[in-house]
Amino acid sequence: MEITRPTSLVEALEARAEDPGADLLAGGTDLMVEVNFGHSRPEHVIALRRIAELAQIDGNRIGAGVTWARLEKSDHRALAQLARTVGSPQIRAAGTIGGNIGTASPAGDGLPWLAAVEAEIEVTSKDRGVRRLPCSEFFTGVKRNALAPDEVITAAILPENVPTNQEFAKIGQRSAMVISTVSACVVRDDDGTVRVALGSVAPTPLRATRAEALIAENPDPSEAVLAEFVRTVSAEVSPITDHRSTESYRRHAAGVLARRLLERCLAR
Amino acid sequence: MIVSFNVNGEDRVANVAGSESLLQVLREELGLPGSKNACEQGECGSCSVELDGAIVTSCLVMAADCEGSAVTTIEGIGSDKELHAVQQALIDHGAVQCGFCTPGFVVTAAHLFEKNPHPETNEIKEALSGNICRCTGYGAILRSLEALAEEAR
Amino acid sequence: MTTSPVTRKRIRGGIGESPLRPDGIPKVTGNFAYASDLHAEGMLWAATLRSPHPRARITKLDTAPALAVGGVVAVLTQDDVPGRPGFGMHVPDQPVFAAGECNYWGEPIAVVAASDLETAKLGVAAIVVEYEVLEPLTDMEEADAADSQTRRMKIRRGDRTVSGAVSVEGYYEVGQQDQAPLGNEAGLAIPDGDGGVDLYAVSQWVHSDHWQIYPCLNLEPEQIRCHPVGMGGAFGSREDVSMHIHLCMLALRTGRPVKMMFDRAESFVGHVHRHPARMWYRHEADADGKLVKVEARLILDGGAYESSSNAVIANAAYFAMGPYLCDNVFIDSVAVKTNNPPAGAMRGFGGVQTAFGHEAQMDRLADELSIDRLEFRRRNALGQGDPMNSSGQIIEGSLPTAELIDELASMPIVEPLASDDPRHLPGGTGLTTNPDHVKRGMGYGVTIKNLAFSEAFDDYSDVRISLSPIGVEVYTAAAEVGQGMVTIIQQLAREVLKIEQVAVVWSDTNVIGSAGSTSASRQTQMTGGATYQCAVELRQQILDEFGGDDLSSEGVWRDGDLLVTLAEVCGGGAKEHEIRYRHPETFATDENGQGDPHPAFAVAAHRAVVDVDPELGLVRVVQLDTVQDVGKVLNPVAALGQIEGGALQGVGMAVLEELVVDKGVIKNPNFTDYLLPTFLDAPHIEVRFVEEPERWGPLGAKGIGEPPTISAGPAVYAAIQDAIGRHLHRVPVLPQHIVGSS
Repeated sequence: MEITRPTSLVEALEARAEDPGADLLAGGTDLMVEVNFGHSRPEHVIALRRIAELAQIDGNRIGAGVTWARLEKSDHRALAQLARTVGSPQIRAAGTIGGNIGTASPAGDGLPWLAAVEAEIEVTSKDRGVRRLPCSEFFTGVKRNALAPDEVITAAILPENVPTNQEFAKIGQRSAMVISTVSACVVRDDDGTVRVALGSVAPTPLRATRAEALIAENPDPSEAVLAEFVRTVSAEVSPITDHRSTESYRRHAAGVLARRLLERCLAR
Repeated sequence: MIVSFNVNGEDRVANVAGSESLLQVLREELGLPGSKNACEQGECGSCSVELDGAIVTSCLVMAADCEGSAVTTIEGIGSDKELHAVQQALIDHGAVQCGFCTPGFVVTAAHLFEKNPHPETNEIKEALSGNICRCTGYGAILRSLEALAEEAR
Repeated sequence: MTTSPVTRKRIRGGIGESPLRPDGIPKVTGNFAYASDLHAEGMLWAATLRSPHPRARITKLDTAPALAVGGVVAVLTQDDVPGRPGFGMHVPDQPVFAAGECNYWGEPIAVVAASDLETAKLGVAAIVVEYEVLEPLTDMEEADAADSQTRRMKIRRGDRTVSGAVSVEGYYEVGQQDQAPLGNEAGLAIPDGDGGVDLYAVSQWVHSDHWQIYPCLNLEPEQIRCHPVGMGGAFGSREDVSMHIHLCMLALRTGRPVKMMFDRAESFVGHVHRHPARMWYRHEADADGKLVKVEARLILDGGAYESSSNAVIANAAYFAMGPYLCDNVFIDSVAVKTNNPPAGAMRGFGGVQTAFGHEAQMDRLADELSIDRLEFRRRNALGQGDPMNSSGQIIEGSLPTAELIDELASMPIVEPLASDDPRHLPGGTGLTTNPDHVKRGMGYGVTIKNLAFSEAFDDYSDVRISLSPIGVEVYTAAAEVGQGMVTIIQQLAREVLKIEQVAVVWSDTNVIGSAGSTSASRQTQMTGGATYQCAVELRQQILDEFGGDDLSSEGVWRDGDLLVTLAEVCGGGAKEHEIRYRHPETFATDENGQGDPHPAFAVAAHRAVVDVDPELGLVRVVQLDTVQDVGKVLNPVAALGQIEGGALQGVGMAVLEELVVDKGVIKNPNFTDYLLPTFLDAPHIEVRFVEEPERWGPLGAKGIGEPPTISAGPAVYAAIQDAIGRHLHRVPVLPQHIVGSS
């Protein structure tokens, strides 16, 4: 195995351009599980943790190399909430938001928030420069994304004026260190517009747009509307049954969780 | 490939074959078996080490990426003659049974107490929520660290 | 003769104190050597080829390509087994390697030894195997219907025509728990150059390994020496042979030390698990709240090989109805044989599964009768002198069930939830739950377990004590798995010999006889009992020899004067004594399960308090209040640790832990998806001891390891049902069960 340890983004992009198949290594918390269990045998690894510019938070730009431990202290309320639920303290010290984006697991804890605040994923290559993709275009399937072989995920770009009213919650069977069976994020603009995104209930982070529309029509929802909101969310998700949970439970819990978060937003 | 890094205050050189973990290299190359291999998924904390100032699971650190890093393992915390306060507290309160998780708990708790000498009960629990113990039910571990936090007040 | 005014030093670390563990310092500093840390000059590494199918016929097995891999030194299959083709705890029904047919997913087919682990794995990958995949038998009821079983066990006691005023029926399922000790299986075999092997591999009972290994190798018993070794926990998973025979075969074939270490995934297939169970119960009581009749049908899935299934199913049957008086008991139980992962020993051993059933039944009956649930148990409490409800055996030892229940009832009830810190709420830092979503529930678990081996098994422990002026050495082959056996042995020897310096010398199978297994809650009583008795006899021999009336580290005393020094007593050598300690004889029961199968019993009573978010199905176990029948507390800190740790394993079984097996294949053989309780999942556990001395064992002490694991789970299970006001029929209780979705 060969390893390249660039200290600048330019060097990293050079390396990636020269060897488009190379594996990108950030915190290692996803890739090394694959390596340890013999599912991945990298031939060339480009290690990204020495690149200072990736590890910066600059206004609406969150560098891909920022760790969850740092994001636990984020001013974005829901981002801090979700960061605290990623793996264990040890995982949060190593794992990065860029790694979470790159792995593109349906259960990726950061993804519902990125989808709910309508962040764009910034990817960069030596030859084609910077591309910014909305979540809906970047995440293409279970552990699949639109990153080209010569690109590196460089940042999550937040829109101007991300609402401060935002809530995240995650259901796992255990109280800590657990993969989500359902996660959700709700954000609410000052004008009452609500966005609802869910994780672990579809191949990619899912925006519950019909449920959002229901609240747009009923910005001060009655109990009946809230009940309809729950039903709508449950209808919009497309979860599966696996060894972690069941399709039916996930559908039910997605609705309940989204309502609770909506109510928390409405109460603020 | 040759990887040079600092382990427990000493400059060390490891011959790394491929994508193996820091845990592997510590245990099999550098003669430091105190960090334990129990899950290789970052789901138990038995292999916790301090890497460049942060506590990580060494099973999920690619050794080849440790060039120039500073690592502190259980072997770098206290000694038989001079135990770290966390080590002494765990022994005194019967928090050691099979002991397989213990090095990970020591490394993680020592870091916690370094940052915050008198953590609250919930802070102790959350800081150690990535370290699994199968023997004790955590009761004695909690009592030992609560007592240590109390001493620090 | 010495008559100087010497005073006797007070001995520290005797009975009733909590001296520090001798292995404490090496364990906190990382210097303790576990099996996985062992190393020998020039050693090879081994890896195992395992069946990818729960059931298949091996149509081709070609190891030549593996031998062609550079660095591979040996590849062995069933054809290479020199002696008896199989092994097993009780019957040798499991082939050393699958040959012909594979009977479970992960069954070993071949082993490879190579210069390093990576190469050994490459060797495994290079072996060519072709399979004809066969339909596996994986449903336990289908297996029962097909009479695929290793033991049927019947209890017929009393009159089946009797009936009570009230009757409740219930069906219960228990999922498959794994011991999941933190340390994976590991071992090192070193050839002795003379045709024999020294084996250092994880084990709860080195002599049992030994008895299984040497016939397969076709060697004389003394040519294989099994050594006790450092272990990262066990909980039943190290009672069976796993890699042991393979390692010895490789060491003999290659003439080099060979090491093997399972990773977590391999550990999950490489050891036996707890039996999953299905149970049907009918309980009847009279209007005064006395149990009148219990009928039950129990199926436990033993998987592909017998292991200890036949003892597990007997336990399930004997303890199917808990510590309650009843004269009419009818139980049909069976351990079925399937193509699921083999099941065997795990903490609680058959009693765990049925405890969920009998305690749920007791609650239902109490509710039906409108009697307080704890009071109902109190009215039916089984005690010393009573006939055991299943076997009819008169309980000669202590059994303070009623006292435990009274003590539990007296414990203060935990305060209501008064915090919005998410770490106090179901869902934890996932922030799923507001305090107003929470419903609190409370539940009880009162359970009984046999201590030590039963049913005519020749159960013994050998101990040798050597006393010299330097101190005392206790030789034993008892496995220290973390429970603190080592400290208890020291304390008992100190207590009797009044010599503080006591070393426990873990001894191999050639040095000392069997100590029996570190299981069945037996070592404190058996090896502790052996140590105590051996020390008492050695002391008496010395006193008799010198005409003294007391012994201490100073020497032999009479009437307060030092008669001879210890150096003079030992005469330049050491005083040695060895004994074989046995508990009261037990007997096989008749065809109706009647007789005297058990040497002793212990009870435990738990009260669980849980907070449930019923809408999301999330549970937080808030507190466990526990009372345990311990006979006598030898070491308060160690006893507390055993009870807290054992209880949390019961909690895990009630709400988290399940090996998900789909058509014979384990879907979650890893710590990402086999969920052990974390620090934030662990309830506060309040522990009280009831001390009523047992009739045998050291100073009346009872084994304490298993009872808390048995009673904690049912208490939590009941508390969840109490919170949601609905019956649930399966553990672990998962969120989807609570919300009532499929």
